[in-house]
Amino acid sequence: MQMKRRYFLASLCKAAACIVAATSFPRLAFSGWNERAFQAETLDGAFKNKYPGLDIVDSQAIKLKAPAIAENGSVVPVTVKTDLPDVKSISLFVEKNPSPLAATFNLGPLNVADVSIRIRMGETSNLVAVVESGGKLHRVQQEVKVTIGGCGG
Amino acid sequence: MKIKAKVKKDITKVKMLIKHPMETGRRKDEGGNVIPALYITQVSASYRGQRVFHAEVGQAVSKDPYIAFSFKGGLPGEKITITWLDISGATATGEAAIK
Repeated sequence: MQMKRRYFLASLCKAAACIVAATSFPRLAFSGWNERAFQAETLDGAFKNKYPGLDIVDSQAIKLKAPAIAENGSVVPVTVKTDLPDVKSISLFVEKNPSPLAATFNLGPLNVADVSIRIRMGETSNLVAVVESGGKLHRVQQEVKVTIGGCGG
Repeated sequence: MKIKAKVKKDITKVKMLIKHPMETGRRKDEGGNVIPALYITQVSASYRGQRVFHAEVGQAVSKDPYIAFSFKGGLPGEKITITWLDISGATATGEAAIK
């Protein structure tokens, strides 16, 4: 009986160690994914789920670089830069995509607010870049005309 | 995963190209069956054990994602490590030396 108990305790410890090993690394590297914001189906819904309670103001201090006309909606290169101080995050929204939120970049004190990514656009739509800085949201938007949509197949 | 990192005037610019199908879950195959969603949700980068970048991404990111970011500091010869996680729980890590 004693042996059994000892064996049981040892295996319990091993199991616990495995769980710790399996979960600690991803937790360190991956700090979360805002599922509700990504699943929102409207631009307003995505804004609210992503940045609840924060007002958005239009800003000239953000540089959004994207093509005016994208021949292929499945690969639209986008760059966002800003000189705004203490940037916590930068998010990209495509108004007419089935799920408007495309990406969020979570930046720290070491980062320079200059990010690029290639995204899909289903149809001609406004592309909205939102910068979270100093507890406020700053927005800039641009229309991108899409010749061939990038979401069908 | 292809990673290029280059330091210029104390700012390190990191560019990555990740091989991934980024299936949205909205596409159909030739037989009309929906191809299940399989896309990356998070990308993270570290330098000397410190996190220097984290991105949350969704279905709207193109197949074989290209992402670029910059951070202050970073020394030539030191390594930058990048890890991604997709909705199936699969993950991959790559690294490159800063030039």
